[in-house]
Amino acid sequence: MALKYILFVGMIIIIFLSIGVPISENPQNWYELPFIPGLEEKARIIFFHVPAAWTTTLAFIMSLFFGIRYLMTKDLKYDIKSSSSAGLGLLFCIIATITGSIWAKFNWGSYWNWDPREVSIFVLLLIYGAYFALRTAVEGDEKRASLSAVYAIISGLTVPFFIFIMPRIISGLHPNEAIISQGKITMNTFMLIILLSSVAGFTGLYFYLLNLKVRITNFDYIYSRKDN
Amino acid sequence: MFLKISANGLSKAYNRREIFSNVNFQLKENDSLAITGRNGAGKSTLIKIIANIISQTKGEISISDKEKEIPKSKIFSIVGFVAPYLQLYDEFTALENMRIIKNIRNVLISEKNILELLNKVGLYKNRNDFVRTFSSGMKQRLKYACALLHDPPLLLLDEPNSNLDEEGVKMVWEIIEEQKAKGILVVATNEIEDSKLCTKIINLNKQEE
Amino acid sequence: MKITESINATLGILQKEVLSEFRTRYALNALLMFVVTTLSVILFSIGSENVSQEILCGILWIIIFFSSMSGLSRTFVSEEERGTVMTLHLIANPLSVYFGKLLYNLLLLTFLNIFTLILYLLMIPGFVINNYSIFVITIILGTFGLASASTIIAAIVAKANTKGTLFPVLAFPILLPLLMTLINATKLAVQGAILNEAFGEFRVLLSYSIVIIVISYLLFDFIWKD
Repeated sequence: MALKYILFVGMIIIIFLSIGVPISENPQNWYELPFIPGLEEKARIIFFHVPAAWTTTLAFIMSLFFGIRYLMTKDLKYDIKSSSSAGLGLLFCIIATITGSIWAKFNWGSYWNWDPREVSIFVLLLIYGAYFALRTAVEGDEKRASLSAVYAIISGLTVPFFIFIMPRIISGLHPNEAIISQGKITMNTFMLIILLSSVAGFTGLYFYLLNLKVRITNFDYIYSRKDN
Repeated sequence: MFLKISANGLSKAYNRREIFSNVNFQLKENDSLAITGRNGAGKSTLIKIIANIISQTKGEISISDKEKEIPKSKIFSIVGFVAPYLQLYDEFTALENMRIIKNIRNVLISEKNILELLNKVGLYKNRNDFVRTFSSGMKQRLKYACALLHDPPLLLLDEPNSNLDEEGVKMVWEIIEEQKAKGILVVATNEIEDSKLCTKIINLNKQEE
Repeated sequence: MKITESINATLGILQKEVLSEFRTRYALNALLMFVVTTLSVILFSIGSENVSQEILCGILWIIIFFSSMSGLSRTFVSEEERGTVMTLHLIANPLSVYFGKLLYNLLLLTFLNIFTLILYLLMIPGFVINNYSIFVITIILGTFGLASASTIIAAIVAKANTKGTLFPVLAFPILLPLLMTLINATKLAVQGAILNEAFGEFRVLLSYSIVIIVISYLLFDFIWKD
């Protein structure tokens, strides 16, 4: 499990960089990051918020994928993976919502604005909540697994709808131009590297936690069967 | 119809606890199978698997007609099923229940034949009474009428005599004999008398070894 | 021949549902009263205030949403409660069951919505529609979408334990895109926009319904069969 240590060290580095790297108006050296219009110093939160949002999306897609695998094979190990992934997705979704809300507060004045991205993350939160509400309400392992997988698929399909119709209905606050504008990457390279590393770090963290959670859940099942 | 049922290595587990395992049988026309065992041995579970109401955990079961396998989605059309835990529609009369089932099943049967069937199970005079007013014995008789509506090649009976009086038991006996003559019969039962009527027996208790 | 059999089975199930409803009137009475009650609550809350047209559009769909949540799960839940699920398993193809109940929910919701609309238009004079064609198409597509999504979610909820409260919880995230588009389209109707402007919304509404029905068709077996 050398992966553990690599991950740990990597996360420490990321945290230091994101907090320590100077952001100034006129970057003199290569390690100084320029301002993003409208964000200045507060831009640091981007290193946590964006990866969290990305990871929760990844977790949802993985949960969906495992759910489909369960329906195809009826092997309960896929259900364990699906629900574990959803649990992590919920965690990262909460992180993304909170960091997003903090960002919104110091940047645009209020904790919640009903901007399209905010609404999307909120809907994702609702879907995760509904998913777990469903799981606790169903008896029988196989039944629970089937119904959860079906719900994951149905909600997974409505999310793209959401993403497409939102911009029509509400105008947004999210600074899209900071990262990509007209197809070209306009973010300062060093900043981009840190951001992508953070994304990689969060992703690695997700897979590590998923692996851990699946193994714990499997132990649980074996243990409770021994009691029978 | 040249009906054949073949089951190999059937086993069922619920919530990771195994109910029965490695059940095998082959049935052809005019065969009759009795499923016996203690309470909780899995008799109802097995007969439900044959009816395709629930699916098995392991193993295969296939029903074929003239060597061509009948797809699982069509099994309901050749199966007649009677069980104490089957419910009919309380808010309708006996006759309405029959008509509704006839419509949904797409059975080409005349109203006259429906009435004859009701008569056969002894419910002719109750045909226009609501099922919620029926006694459990009358409901059981109606279940037989509904099960025989489409003249099923495969008849599955779970505890066939439950709730029935002497006359009812005689009626069941007649139905069993008729079914043995024209199709396949499977009976899940605690009563030794019933199992004596069948050509083959499976005892689910022995499966645990 | 297989298709006509399935269609007959579907219609047979629809007929059973309608007859059952006529016989017992469990759903319809309660739902109509629910609409009246909800509308009354809203009227009292508004009082003599001037509420903007846009908000009135939203409120209309809130009433319709909640009445859907009250009434559209009954078709599956009552089968579970009465223990007749096995009977349905034995007499019909799963898809006939699904489509039969979908048609029933569609019928029920249509009646309910017409009732709601008439009341709404009568009781809230501030709500004025300036483009009827947009409005009518919106209502039709909206009823279709609501019934489709609610039916499949109802099928899921029927297999769970806490059926009543679980239904809106599961349904809301799924229905949200639909509701938002419906409210938007209704706003267009109220503002008197030209028909063409609403085509974007109509496309979304139609594709939503189609996607939901197709996915329900593919997944229903997994829900229905134990």
